[in-house]
Amino acid sequence: MKLYYYDGTERTVDIVDQEVPFPDGRLIVSRTNTVGIMTHFNQSFVDMSGYSEEELMGKNHYILRHPDMPAAAFKGLWDAIQQGKKWDGYVKNLRKDGLYYWVHAIVIPNIRNGEIVGYTSVRRKPSRNKINQCIPLYAKMLTEEGEQQCLTS
Amino acid sequence: MPYVLTVSPDFTPQHIAGWYIFNTWLQRQSELAFHVELYNSFNKQREAIADNKIDLIYANPYDAAMLVREKGFKALVAPLGKADEAIIACNGASQIQSIEDLQPDLKIVTTDDPDVHLMGMMMLEPADLDKDNTHIEEVDGYVLVAKKLLQQNADIGFFLKDAYHDLSRLIRDELKILITSEIFVIRHILLAGPELQQHHQQLQSLLVNMQNDEKGMNVLNSMGLNGWEAQTQEDTEFMIDLMDTL
Repeated sequence: MKLYYYDGTERTVDIVDQEVPFPDGRLIVSRTNTVGIMTHFNQSFVDMSGYSEEELMGKNHYILRHPDMPAAAFKGLWDAIQQGKKWDGYVKNLRKDGLYYWVHAIVIPNIRNGEIVGYTSVRRKPSRNKINQCIPLYAKMLTEEGEQQCLTS
Repeated sequence: MPYVLTVSPDFTPQHIAGWYIFNTWLQRQSELAFHVELYNSFNKQREAIADNKIDLIYANPYDAAMLVREKGFKALVAPLGKADEAIIACNGASQIQSIEDLQPDLKIVTTDDPDVHLMGMMMLEPADLDKDNTHIEEVDGYVLVAKKLLQQNADIGFFLKDAYHDLSRLIRDELKILITSEIFVIRHILLAGPELQQHHQQLQSLLVNMQNDEKGMNVLNSMGLNGWEAQTQEDTEFMIDLMDTL
């Protein structure tokens, strides 16, 4: 499957419909600069992503974006954090090996001397009920986005 | 007037004497006068902070945001290799085997230790449990948390990991751990208030080198610590940001 990103880049990935469970008791933590380039991450982030530290450092956070996630979810995220607000939501992430994992993500702006200098994202183990509510919702949003793209093109 | 040193009220009782020994060591090394003032609850300690009565504090990470962002404290050091982790446990004979087995109307026993409580509640999220669909009882210390579980007066209890392992083997054998956090970055920090800013570098240097000296190491042992490592302001800001997400 070919994935396209907002900055014009694209890549091909093999999507595997298999979930990797979120590790109990852990938090997956990463930080980015103001345009989404990763600057820090913890070991749980590395373990769950399937990438090595070297492969992750300096890359855009969107490499974790699963094609089942609607763009509108991330637009809401960016709109909130760029205004200095906290955002939280349920996200299906894509691993390097094509498998996926669900997280409850909380993203906050890192404000230093009144300025946003980056963002911290903390993911925790989500409730299965919440995931089950998100699956049809995200599918509907994706369909609508597809229809919108057809209309505009 | 001596500077006032205080310690987060969640310190383990067997290390109280250690903090007084530390105070003596610090005064000799720095040639500054310090006085130890301990509080038996977080609320009492926060009142003292609000009244600007504290100059040096071994602070719970939950209070770090208020101390740094509202009261102008700056981080000196953090305990070497020592993070705050939480354990959720139940009675050993309970049918509960995992967090996902937990149901609404659950009885939780906890303490006023704010970071452990936050981590405990966070670990209940996969079971769709929160403060609105559980019954939370606060008690004065982890021995009482264990007692409530042993008497089956609560379904689960929140413990600081270190405090859980400080319980007697007899008690631990009657309990069952459901989950242990592995967060690694939430830890107590020693913070200096605005009145101590001029001595910041001197104090940080003394503390970082404390474990290199035999007497210093003995003092650290009496406090249950292995040493100190320098904590930058950004390290502290990062931890505060992280606490905001819990």
